[in-house]
Amino acid sequence: MADLANPEIARRFPDLHPAFAHQEAAVEANRCLYCFDAPCTVACPTHIDVPRFIRKLASENFRGSALTILDANLLGASCSRVCPVEVLCEGACVMHRYNRAPIEIGRLQRFALDVFHASGDTELPSLPSGARQLRVACVGSGPASLSCAGELARRGHKVTVFEARPLAGGLNTYGVAEYKLNAEAALREVEFIQSLGVEIRCNEEIDSARFTQFAAEYDAVFLGLGLGKMEQLGIPGEDLHGVVDALRFIAEYKTGERLSAPGRVVVVGAGNTAVDAASAARRLGANDVSMLYRRTVAEMSAFEFEYEHAKHEGVEFRWLAKPLRIAGQAGRVTGLECVRVDTGDEFTIPCEMVIPAIGQSRGRALLESAQGSLKIFAGGDLTNGGREVVDAVADGKRAALAIHAQFGETHA
Amino acid sequence: MPDLSVNFAGIKSPNPFWLASGPPANCGEQVMRAFDAGWGGAVWKTLGEPIINVCSRYSSVDLNGQRMMGLNNIELISDRPLAVNLREIAEVKRRYPKHAVIASLMVESKRESWQEIVKQSEDAGADGLELNFGCPHGMSERGMGSAVGQVPEYTQMITEWVREIARTPVLVKLTPNISDIRVAARAARRGGAHGVSAINTINSITGIDLDTLRPRPDVGGLSSHGGYCGPAVKPIALNMVQQIGADADARQPVSGIGGVSSWRDAAEFILLGCGTVQVCTAAMHYGFRIVEDLADGLDNWMREKGFATLEDFRGLSLPKVVEWKNLDLNFKVVARIHEDKCIGCDLCYTACRDGAHQCIHLDRGKRPDASRITTTPIPKLDGPMADNRVTPLHRIPRVDEAECVGCNLCALVCPVENCITMDRVENGLAFQSWEQRNI
Repeated sequence: MADLANPEIARRFPDLHPAFAHQEAAVEANRCLYCFDAPCTVACPTHIDVPRFIRKLASENFRGSALTILDANLLGASCSRVCPVEVLCEGACVMHRYNRAPIEIGRLQRFALDVFHASGDTELPSLPSGARQLRVACVGSGPASLSCAGELARRGHKVTVFEARPLAGGLNTYGVAEYKLNAEAALREVEFIQSLGVEIRCNEEIDSARFTQFAAEYDAVFLGLGLGKMEQLGIPGEDLHGVVDALRFIAEYKTGERLSAPGRVVVVGAGNTAVDAASAARRLGANDVSMLYRRTVAEMSAFEFEYEHAKHEGVEFRWLAKPLRIAGQAGRVTGLECVRVDTGDEFTIPCEMVIPAIGQSRGRALLESAQGSLKIFAGGDLTNGGREVVDAVADGKRAALAIHAQFGETHA
Repeated sequence: MPDLSVNFAGIKSPNPFWLASGPPANCGEQVMRAFDAGWGGAVWKTLGEPIINVCSRYSSVDLNGQRMMGLNNIELISDRPLAVNLREIAEVKRRYPKHAVIASLMVESKRESWQEIVKQSEDAGADGLELNFGCPHGMSERGMGSAVGQVPEYTQMITEWVREIARTPVLVKLTPNISDIRVAARAARRGGAHGVSAINTINSITGIDLDTLRPRPDVGGLSSHGGYCGPAVKPIALNMVQQIGADADARQPVSGIGGVSSWRDAAEFILLGCGTVQVCTAAMHYGFRIVEDLADGLDNWMREKGFATLEDFRGLSLPKVVEWKNLDLNFKVVARIHEDKCIGCDLCYTACRDGAHQCIHLDRGKRPDASRITTTPIPKLDGPMADNRVTPLHRIPRVDEAECVGCNLCALVCPVENCITMDRVENGLAFQSWEQRNI
């Protein structure tokens, strides 16, 4: 798995928020006020007891600190890297009201879990197991499924995770910008979940036919399939060579299949994934990268800090414009023909690559083929419409606790 | 422009800031650089029979990332030949005639030994003598240092020997490693001392390395108790200085020592009656240049307060320290939380509830429903985010003033300046102390 770490990609995508050194972490941890009923903990979808883990970090009780995090969130390591902390824990920090920078909770959490994983002792304390051992299948191996599977395994249940792709981890492995979470770190966390007793089967896609057999094999199923394919633009020219949807583009460079981008790239859309794709295009060598959005900056769905980040990467924004047609020559993209939605003026942006990033479809095929007797749970992007990793982890944990409470704790 | 010059027990110096006897005053080159930097005097690293030091020698206590809150040492007196030290003292005095050079002395408890080294020091040109009856480590095992300071009769006797021949003022450096500093100060005075220096270092073990299980400082796997100093010991030193100043039989000129790092510390020692202050740890931590702020800061504070000389404020706080029985039982303050400053950390709530008198409450607003599911706020799905710059009412605590005992704890833990103030409550009751109530 480690051969994923392509040195060229690693060089071009260094950590946006680098790891703390030991002393840095100590100084930062000691800034924490240790609030009562801390707002950061309330703001966290998995309710990590932030002051508690930071307190333990400050006293160099590293294992205690990590276990405090993992007790609330088994995927705390990836969350520490990918969470939009500006709108979660760090956004809620009381320091904002004191004209001071918030505590760097995300980086402290990463430090605690990096130390934990490096220690070689990643065994978790045992939890009370249920009255009977359940057999549970988790479909998809993204954060929601891994969280659900890990929580159930910790309580003594037998869990199998099914993943259609060659590697587990879902968007953590294939879809998060490399400078936030690299695939190696994502896979380390997958191995950690496996170490809790979870079986992960990759390259096994669950179709409706296979799904119907689950009723006989499992007591409950958790669906953590995420969203469906990326939406198409629905304009002429989408089949040209050089049109690559944002998630495929990101997955390709993360797995080392793509090491460069052409000189001129246009990203259509203005969400967080669009920013990730545009920034990646810059880092892969594109000189001109623009993001095209039919509305204005006020309506863009990317977080404010992502917008700022994209500008720092050198991405240009074209507001109030939508694509009409992708122009091509000899089967390859040569430009994007667009129209201003306010004035009706048409214009063309010369480019060699167009990256549609206008969201993913909802894929509920399996849900519709559900069998009556099978207890089905679902969470993550599939049910919440596409939020953050931490929301998926919270969903997975809630589902696990519900499964355990309904079937594991009572006698059948 | 305020005048910082002092005449302390007959020793004159351009300002009250002296290097304490220790590593920063180990040799002439250091002392001369210190004088160039602005120090008014220096108490030379203790002279005596040359010793051999161990390696390593120092260890410290850090607090929350702040280095050297307290420093511990197991270094002995000067390890340089006596003749070299004396020659350098003479040279320093020749070049810096207006600065104070005090010879710190420690020899075996024999009259001839003490009188010989006194004679040699004064012949070299020392402006005064400081008898080191304070060092708690190493030398005390050989019957010197704090072994003398812990026995009032020895303190008095050796002070008398020195006074028999001394031509310069004699200071006695006291050890804090005793139960009552006044007893030692009285003995020094009975022996004829012109003043005392207080305090020397406090017996300490700063800590143990949890990997090797070796105490610090590590001398080949073993350690020994050392002398503790630095900012951490200041409150102990201030108390001992006050004890000496408030006792009729112990009262005498005091050179204050113990954690002086800034002009504020210096002002506090002088307000409790000290004539000069001595500094070691801060100079070891930051170098001689810190004297610039000591002098400049004290000068500016004196200007602001209208004090022309050190004598104008020396000892002014001494009468304000009384025995508990003389405090006013009817004086009442209560905590007031200024909600415009409150950031909602609620540390005061926890502190009052767990550590004090359960009179701070969180009942001013409806708290969020703990059972609701929290998700990442996505503008597209959830609308604009709440403004976190305003503290929500439910996080602003309320003080039950009727129950508040005015202990200060909430104001002490509050991280925001002036957010919690302890306000006087007029209750119309006249002054009454425990002493008066018991009549």
